[in-house]
This record gives sequence, C-alpha cells and structure tokens, in this order.
Amino acid sequence: MVDIPLDTVAGIPLAEVGEVELYHPRSWWTKYVFSQDAKVIAVQYSLTAMAIGLVALVLSWLMRLQLGFPGTFSFIDSNQYLQLITMHGMIMVIYLLTALFLGGFGNYLIPLMVGARDMVFPYVNMLSYWIYLLAVLVLVSTFFVPGGPTGAGWTLYPPQAILSGTPGQDWGIVLMLGSLILFIIGFTMGGLNYVVTVLQARARGMTLMRMPLTVWGIFTATVMALLAFPALFVASVMLLLDRLLGTSFFMPTLVEMGELKKYSGGSPILFQHLFWFFGHPEVYIVALPAFGIISDLISVHARKNIFGYRMMVWAIVGIGALSFVVWAHHMYVSGMNPYFGFFFATTTLIIAVPTAIKVYNWVLTLWRGDIHLTIPMLFALAFIITFVNGGLTGLFLGNVVVDVPLSDTMFVVAHFHMVMGIAPIMAVFGGIYHWYPKVTGRMLNEALGRFHFWVSFLGAYAIFFPMHYLGLLGMPRRYHDIGETAFVPASAHDLNAFMSVAALIVGFAQLVFLFNLVWSLFKGKDAGGNPWGAASLEWQTPQTPPAHGNWGKELPIVYRWAYDYSVPGAVRDFVPQNEPPAAVAAVQGAHP
Amino acid sequence: MSVIILFMAGVAAIAGWWLSQQRLTAKPWLEQGVMVDLREEGTSSPPAAKIGLGVFLAVVGSLFALFISAYSMRMSMVDWRALPVPALLWLNTGVLVLSSLALQWAYMAARRDDIDGVTIGLCVGGASAVTFLIGQLAAWRQLSDAGYFLASNPANSFFYLITAVHGLHLMGGLVALGRTTAKLWRGAGTIQLQLSVELCAIYWHFLLLVWLVLLGLLTGWTDNLVDICRHLLS
Repeated sequence: MVDIPLDTVAGIPLAEVGEVELYHPRSWWTKYVFSQDAKVIAVQYSLTAMAIGLVALVLSWLMRLQLGFPGTFSFIDSNQYLQLITMHGMIMVIYLLTALFLGGFGNYLIPLMVGARDMVFPYVNMLSYWIYLLAVLVLVSTFFVPGGPTGAGWTLYPPQAILSGTPGQDWGIVLMLGSLILFIIGFTMGGLNYVVTVLQARARGMTLMRMPLTVWGIFTATVMALLAFPALFVASVMLLLDRLLGTSFFMPTLVEMGELKKYSGGSPILFQHLFWFFGHPEVYIVALPAFGIISDLISVHARKNIFGYRMMVWAIVGIGALSFVVWAHHMYVSGMNPYFGFFFATTTLIIAVPTAIKVYNWVLTLWRGDIHLTIPMLFALAFIITFVNGGLTGLFLGNVVVDVPLSDTMFVVAHFHMVMGIAPIMAVFGGIYHWYPKVTGRMLNEALGRFHFWVSFLGAYAIFFPMHYLGLLGMPRRYHDIGETAFVPASAHDLNAFMSVAALIVGFAQLVFLFNLVWSLFKGKDAGGNPWGAASLEWQTPQTPPAHGNWGKELPIVYRWAYDYSVPGAVRDFVPQNEPPAAVAAVQGAHP
Repeated sequence: MSVIILFMAGVAAIAGWWLSQQRLTAKPWLEQGVMVDLREEGTSSPPAAKIGLGVFLAVVGSLFALFISAYSMRMSMVDWRALPVPALLWLNTGVLVLSSLALQWAYMAARRDDIDGVTIGLCVGGASAVTFLIGQLAAWRQLSDAGYFLASNPANSFFYLITAVHGLHLMGGLVALGRTTAKLWRGAGTIQLQLSVELCAIYWHFLLLVWLVLLGLLTGWTDNLVDICRHLLS
C-alpha cells in the first residue's frame, strides 16, 4: 500500500461500477418483493426476524407464567413447557439474532459502509432471504402439526430428542431439523455475499484498516458462521437420518418402554461435539456484530474517535479464531476425558483477554468524551454493563470445578441470557435507533424510545439478576414445576413470581417499540441525511433513504478512517470519510 | 474432532497469511489521503465470482472435514465393523479423474481461444461426471444386494451418507456446468466462457480431491495414517 500525493488524485479514474452490472427492478414486484437490492433484502430479513422474535417473546411469557405461578395456568402442562423452552431458545438464537445481525444489519450496512453499490451477487442474496423465510415458515408450521413442536431443548440432544418420551417426536423434530438445514443453506448464500462484498467491492481508498468496526464485526462473524454452521448441518442431517431411516449415528442401544429399540452403537457424545462446534462460535457470531455496532455507536455519540482501533480489529479477529477451540466447555458434565476439560477451561479463560481489551477500549472511548445520552448511546451503555456482567459469570462457568455444581441450574440460564440474550438485543435496539433515520428518513419518537429503553434495561435486570441467586440455590433449569424441595425456600417462589411480572412488563415495552417503528415511519421527525453528525460512509449518501445504487453517479472516494470526531481545528466536530484533506485544510485556513 | 481442527488450522493459516498482507499494523488515525491497497495495486485482481467460489470451497471443505471427523470418532469405537468396498469404486474414481481432466482441458482450450476444444472438454467432463454418479448408484445397489443396508451398521450408514453428500455436491456442479454449456450453445465466445469454465474446473478438482480423501478413508487405506495421527495427538 502506498500513499498517493493529493494532486495526483484528480487523474485517477474513479472505480465506477458500470451501469449494466447493476440490477434494475422493472416492476413493483421486483422492487419490493423479489428485490435484489441489499437494502430491501435487509428490511425483509429484519421484519421477518422481528416477527418470529415476537413469537418467541410470547413463548417466554408463557414460560414465566408457569415458573412464577405454578399450577395456576392449566393450559401449560409439562410437555408444553418443554416445547416452549425449546422453541424460545432456537428462535431467539438462530432465527432472530443470527438472521437480524447478519441478514438485517449486514445487508443494509456492508454495501453502504464500504462504499459499494450493492452486494456482489444480488440474485444469490435474494435467494438467501427467501430460503430463510421458508425455514421460518417450516419452523412455525411445527406449532400446528400433530404432536406440536419438539420439546428436546434447543440443543436437541439425542437420544432423547427423537424418542417417544419427548414431545414433538412425530413431526416436530423432523420439521425442526429440516428448518435448520434450510436456514443453513440460505445463510451460506447470504454469507458468501457479505464476505466477498467486503473483500472485493470496497470503494477506492477504503482499506481494511479504514473500515468501521461494524463491518469488521459482521465480516468476521460471517466468516465464522460459514465455517461453523456446517457442523450444525452435519449434526442435523445425521439426526434426521437416525429419526427417519433408523440409522444409528447418535443412538446407542437402548430400551424404551420395555421394548428394545433397533438402534445400536451410536454415540450421543458425537452429537454434542458437533453441536457445540457450531454452538460456541454461534455465541460470537452474535456477539461480534454487536461489538462492532457498539463501537460505532459509542464513538459517534461520545463525539470521540474509538480508542485503540487497531487493538479492536485484532481483538475481533483473535476472538473469531479462538472461539473455534473452546466448544467443549459446554460439555464438562458429558463424561468426556477430564484432561479435555482442563484444556478447554484454559482456552475459555484465554478468550477473556481480547474480550476484556474491547471492554477497556469502549470505556476509554467514553473517558472525557462529549457524551450525548441519546437513545442509541443509552443502549450502548446498557450493552457494556450487561455484557460485562454476563462475561464475569462466564469466568465462573468456564472453570470446570465451578461449572460442575452449577451445571443445568438457573445460574447458567441467567449467564447466557445476560451475555448473549440481553447484551446483543441491546446492541440490536441501539443499532435500530441509530440507523432507522437512514433507512426511513425519519427519527424514531424520542419519548417512546426512552420509555422503551428504561423499561427494557431495568426490567431485564429485574428478571435475570435474581436468577443467578436462584441458580446458586440449586434451582434446576428446564423444570416445569419445582414443587416442594428442601433446598428451595419459599422466598425463592416469591422471587420467581416477581421475575415473571417483570418479564410481562418488559414484553409489553417491546410492543411499544414496535408501535414506535410503525408510528415514526409516518409521523416521525424528518431526519435529514446525517442527524447524528456521523463520519462513516453510510451517512454521506446523496439521498436519504439511499436510492437504488446508493451513490448516485460516482462512487465515493475514501480519504480517512471512520472516526474523525472532534478533530482539532476542524470547523465541524466530525470529518466525513469522503471529505478530501484539501477541503478540510481549506476550511481550516478560512477559520483559523 | 482432530480432523476438523486441522482443517480449521489450515483455513486460519490462509486467513492469517492474507491478513498479514493487509497492513493490519497501519495507524489509520494518522493517515489521510487516498490509499491504494493490494486489491488495486495488482493488475489482475481475481474476479468476485472466483473469490466467492474460494469461500464456498472453504465451507464445503469444512462440511466434509466434519463428516470425516465424525467418521473417525465413530471408527475408533470397539464395535466398528468396516464394510467391503465394491471394486466398482475404483472404476468410478477413474471416471471422476477423467471428468476433472476433461474440464481442465476445456479451460486450457478456452485460454488459447479454441472453441472446439472447449466444447469437447465440457461435453466429456459432463458426461463422465454423470457416469460417475450412475456408477456410485450402481455401487450402492451392489452393497444393498449383498445385504449391507443403510441402517444395518454404522459403517454402512457413514458410507451411504458420505457418498450421497459428495454426489449431491457433484450434481450442484453439474447445474453450473449445464449453464456454462447453455451459454456455449447460445454462441458465447471463449472470452465470455473462460471464467465459467475455469470455475467449473476448480470445483471439479476440489471434488476429486475430496473424493480421493474419502475413498482412502472408506476403503481403510488411510487407517494406518489415522492411527499414527491419533498416537501423535494423544
């Protein structure tokens, strides 16, 4: 890479995309429904993910009703409870968070942030969405088939996942596995697009080290997902064969209801290895985009450049690589070799190092920044707090000796909800409040937004903070009804009721948010092109919302990184990435 | 899981090598002006489709590495009974090699602007790939006739599953090959075809490589190697 003297820039031909290469919609259908424009696909992905997420939210209400007031709701029996936890977990982790971060934010932000006209393979990108939608529909259909959805837990562990004691053994598990297989095929199509777009379609001057951290996060997460999802694919295909064709990949010899099954010699542990080889990277597939988004939100809303940009990039790459060698810390109690446990505990604790670097850098970015407590900033701060909280309990659970007694208790539930439930959702909300003005041209309503934030943030703590305590008491997870036990005092039941009420209130706050999304689309304040005064490229589009092709006639040229805020001597407190140094210098000369 | 770890280490090495060329130690906050990166310096930056295929091959490679991992984990259990390998597989392997060679021939013909060579290469490549698939089905038939059914033994299950997945990937490749041939049919010149033919050839070579590895594994040729690796790792 070489520096080019400024005066020669004029002579360099612009890296223009020929008009023929850009796909043009010809009808209403191809413009809004079967669209190949990444921005439309992003909105489609986001709306679908939020719709299915709403289903999972209702499921969590039902679970909390049962846990808070056992015996009161006769329509929730123990089988249904298992179905609720399974579907809630699966939907939230895969069909909501993964799809929303990569399919939603990825599709919208990658082309705009790197200065491209669109994704490099628009047709494949469109297919990706429609296969995702099909996967969601197959998933939803399990609610209506005989026997209902599977109740195997979101980890789908065999042998119980496909035995008759588990609800949804007839259709539920088959459709669930089919839906996962479809999701992975669809995601692979989208993922190829995100990666190759970042590699190949960056605007002139947009070196890797000038990309916003959001792009770095989404890019690395996509690479990880492309390599990790095949493990889930393999596990799903093999489990499906075990269920449908009677093979014994995962099924050992066993007697069910006094009857010897025809399975023999399969290994359930093999499934756990495959599942968690996907499952642990999945945590970071959700976390890395959140890390990136939070970095950008903090920098913009604290009017300060991101502290330690290089370290942030290295940490993202480091976390991505390390997350492939920690999977068995989910399996300390599976009966595997104890030496493995030692190895995986070590790698798990090592991964805390780059993660901690990121947290320090966020805090140091805030340090003496000009902090604007806008709604995106509030969500960003809430993310840091919940993520640190969940990360610290992760250090507990990463150690074998601490994990063994806490395994399968509510402590684990509290931990993963904090670290990969609440924290990424905070990043999602922050991102939506931040970029909604670019997507729609209007601001989200401020008062409703603040209400949504405070109820969600405090409410989430009201739900999950006491849950740690319940876990330490030894309250097991996945139990329909604890009943009378010596180790659970009566006060724990009161606490459960309190958490359930909090969960209902938090759920209603999300309805306010959805109302805000729709209301502001028509009645929101006009946003203008760059309401936050942000320097990155997506805020510099000629139109808002960006028109088809994003950039008008000429692609932007990038002269600087994405974090030039409060530059000494500059007139405004930010310098857009595509502002030539000569222009900045001229302005500085005019205003000494 | 050591196979997939080795595969991931390979991917990480490639990614690390690539990242090391990207000036990750740059200090972007100090640098202004247009920077030209590797992508623009090189006169022959590979087209997006080729990079896309490369990434896709990493995904497919990961898929097969996971199948192999699962296979070798299951194989190391005491009750493993390998199944006899039909001799037909050797013939099939030969046909697949031919297919790969034919596509390489087509690619070379496209580069020297020999449209007849391209036509012959594509047709021979496609026909032999179809022959390979038919041969695989015949091998399945032989096994099931001999009483080795899908569900009767873990080794059988793995054999059918892995060959099926490989065959499906080849069928996906045939779709791409069919589209390329259709382009040729509509009278596209070698210039327009060159990239498509090259991508097909790369994909075919990759599937051939995967098949050779799988064959070694399924026939037990690599058992000694696997044992040695296991001893080294444990």
